[in-house]
Amino acid sequence: MYLQARRLLKLALSPVLMLLSLFSTGAWAETGARWQTNMTPGITEVGHKIYDLHMWVFYVCVVTGILVFGVMFYSVFAYRKDRHPEPATFHENTKVEIVWTIVPFLILLIMVVPATKTLIEIYDTDDAELDILITGYQWKWKYEYINPTGDNVSFFSNLLTDGAEIANTEEKGSNYLLEVDEPVVIPVNKKVRFLVTANDVLHAWWVPALAVKRDAIPGFINEAWTKATETGVYRGQCAELCGRNHGFMPIVVNVVEEPEYNAWLAEKQAAAAEIKALMAKDFSLDELVARGKNVYTSSCSACHGANGEGGVGKAIAGSPIATGPLKGHMEVAVHGVSGTAMPAFGSQLNEVDLAAVITYQRNSFGNNMGDMLQPVDIYKFKKGQ
Amino acid sequence: MGAHHGPAKGLTRWLFTTNHKDIGTMYLWFSFAMFLLGGSFAMIIRAELFQPGLQIVQPEFFNQMTTMHGLVMVFGAIMPAFVGLANWMIPLMIGAPDMALPRMNNWSFWILPPTFLLLASTLLMDGGGPNFGWTFYAPLSTTYAPPSVTFFIFAVHAMGISSIMGSINIIATVVNMRAPGMTYMKMPMFVWTWLITAFLLVAVMPVLAGAVTMMLMDIHFGTSFFSAAGGGDPVLFQHVFWFFGHPEVYIIILPAFGVVSEVIPTFSRKPLFGYDSMVYATSSIAFLSFIVWAHHMYTVGMPIAGELFFMYATMLIAVPTAAKVFNWVTTMFKGSITLETPMLFAIAKVFLFTVGGFSGLMLAIAPADFQYHDSYFVVAHFHYTMVAGAIFALSSAVYYWIPKWTGKMYNETMGKTHFWISFIGFNLTFFPQHFVGLAGMPRRIPDYNLMFADFNMMSSIGAFIYGSSQLLFLFNIVRTITHGKPVTDAKVWEGGTTLEWTVPTPAPYHTFTTPPEVK
Repeated sequence: MYLQARRLLKLALSPVLMLLSLFSTGAWAETGARWQTNMTPGITEVGHKIYDLHMWVFYVCVVTGILVFGVMFYSVFAYRKDRHPEPATFHENTKVEIVWTIVPFLILLIMVVPATKTLIEIYDTDDAELDILITGYQWKWKYEYINPTGDNVSFFSNLLTDGAEIANTEEKGSNYLLEVDEPVVIPVNKKVRFLVTANDVLHAWWVPALAVKRDAIPGFINEAWTKATETGVYRGQCAELCGRNHGFMPIVVNVVEEPEYNAWLAEKQAAAAEIKALMAKDFSLDELVARGKNVYTSSCSACHGANGEGGVGKAIAGSPIATGPLKGHMEVAVHGVSGTAMPAFGSQLNEVDLAAVITYQRNSFGNNMGDMLQPVDIYKFKKGQ
Repeated sequence: MGAHHGPAKGLTRWLFTTNHKDIGTMYLWFSFAMFLLGGSFAMIIRAELFQPGLQIVQPEFFNQMTTMHGLVMVFGAIMPAFVGLANWMIPLMIGAPDMALPRMNNWSFWILPPTFLLLASTLLMDGGGPNFGWTFYAPLSTTYAPPSVTFFIFAVHAMGISSIMGSINIIATVVNMRAPGMTYMKMPMFVWTWLITAFLLVAVMPVLAGAVTMMLMDIHFGTSFFSAAGGGDPVLFQHVFWFFGHPEVYIIILPAFGVVSEVIPTFSRKPLFGYDSMVYATSSIAFLSFIVWAHHMYTVGMPIAGELFFMYATMLIAVPTAAKVFNWVTTMFKGSITLETPMLFAIAKVFLFTVGGFSGLMLAIAPADFQYHDSYFVVAHFHYTMVAGAIFALSSAVYYWIPKWTGKMYNETMGKTHFWISFIGFNLTFFPQHFVGLAGMPRRIPDYNLMFADFNMMSSIGAFIYGSSQLLFLFNIVRTITHGKPVTDAKVWEGGTTLEWTVPTPAPYHTFTTPPEVK
């Protein structure tokens, strides 16, 4: 009944819809999604159901609106004082009141049925073939692929957009603010379960094309799931205000064929093994500085400035910490500074990157300590606590 | 009339006054000042969002602007404006000489200016002002908040005290001071809606006070109400906040319903259709407002039973709200309508509020809300209800009653110009926000992808138009007071039927010293 009613409504509304479609992507094809006016049905079955539900409620609203506003504007035109100087005096009719209480109620009932069905489906997170733990950090996402038979693969996903584009000194690319250094990769046609949590404040993980939005709450793990039916790159953003860079922690999901996914995962596992091997390596100062520069750009520069000049965070250039004893520097970097925005990077960066970035900070921006840390120093420092 | 019947002279008149008209006037001017302040914050937001990229402000300051805009508009502009109307009009409409508790009335007003001075001063403090959104979700507003949060908490407490005192006063006045013969079911709708609103306020402002007190404890006294690391629960904050917050939005909209329920019959020259059902509908909305709060939290991960309960309860609100809209439309049907400025604003309010009601119904559908939630679709929705629903009703009320207040008629051409610029500016601002929200733009972001650029530019242009139209409003009001054409008829509007149209125009300093007889 609900489907039939929808078809009828669609027919009745076709002129309105044609008008609306002028505003959707078609008429401005050359600008792509710039004039997008409607929700995306996305690439999942649930997404299509949500889209249908959204359109169905929208049609009901449009029809109701046409009727109610029709009477209202008709009254404004037909019953103006100059045309209708003697107002009627009726002011009560119990039957009418009962009818217009019951009719909206019935309309609500036909919305409730598909809404309830879809909601139950969204909540069915059982039988997932892959679990990904998503942790929101100020202001990046961490993805951890749960591997029941071996080591988990985990990585951070940072905003890739250049500061110069944000500051309007360089032209903005088409994925401006919606691009990351490491996208999350999922296989197509597999039920993937997302376990969503946060490390500091609230965040929300939202990818419109997957029709998934879940709040990331420190201390709680929320569940959501998706089953993508098309490969491609899909973008989203943090949807819960999480502080200064709330607008700068995008999400990019690569949906790929299964073999490609397996190859990607294997590569990730190999890279993790490599880091393990690097733990024992003795780096030269130049190697550490070169590696540390990249780590600094992705993890530190947002707060401490691209040239260590400071910002929200203190300046690194000439800082008493970066030019003081190594132990104090490690303390701040590994454990953070409680009560400030400086997070504990001990849980976010591996030992190699920590050693590299601390070394880089001590030997850049005019700091010229000449000393360095090896990964094993960080490891010992962490153990020693 | 002896000199002792008139107002005192000079500053002390306003400082020590216990007269409901003086206090009402001060509330109205104060709220207008806050409206301009909150509006200027909105202009900064829209200026930054005019184009992609960061041009005017940095994200830290942007977040302070969104937060302060919400707080100042809700607590400083809309709520005190309606309290001002209540002060002026409730005694006049029920035939009472003044409010029941005049000294408390003075205090509940005079708490507000220092409170908002304190709140605004946080912007100059070290670390900046509140930057966690007007909903101040923990732990962003506790562990991660700037030091000024303590002053914010103090300000919220003070506003709450003021609101509670104001509402107690309204309840006491309506219950005890109605003229002989004015039964409850003969009260004007505006009085009814305010009576119900006052009960809502008394019920939920203490809950808000509880929420900020828990924040204060978490920040300064080592408790962990909202910190999971200490065994607390960040979601608890949202439950407590929205238990206040949802009734709060009806606190804002119900008196607006009251205003249009007065204005539409007057200019349709026909009694309000379905008065009794309007009273019942308003009461049902008030009751339902207590059991729908978690529809603001569909994505926090509630169990499905809770999710379904809140979805069904929320959808139910459409029933009494629809009944109200039908009643207004039927009041106009077969009336004898003229379109003076108050009527234009009232019709636009019904029209645009209903549009906001439709998007509200869409938002109530929990599965679809997984796409709408925290997007610009929500921003569009609540500005249709708050700006068009409440502020258009307030503009309507000011034009409707200003001749009674001042004994001068406003300039009709200027009023209508204000209306049409507001109407166009408002829709240009907020209608495109539905589109960018559906296309995936989250709210509260200072910068965005190019795909959202065109609609955002439209939105900003609309906001500048809407914002500047309010200066015309201010000019019209001042001009009315200084140069307006004098009105002397007690009944300013041909269709006016309530008691305020029986006292002389302008309303003398003391009215209804002898209660009128209501048949």
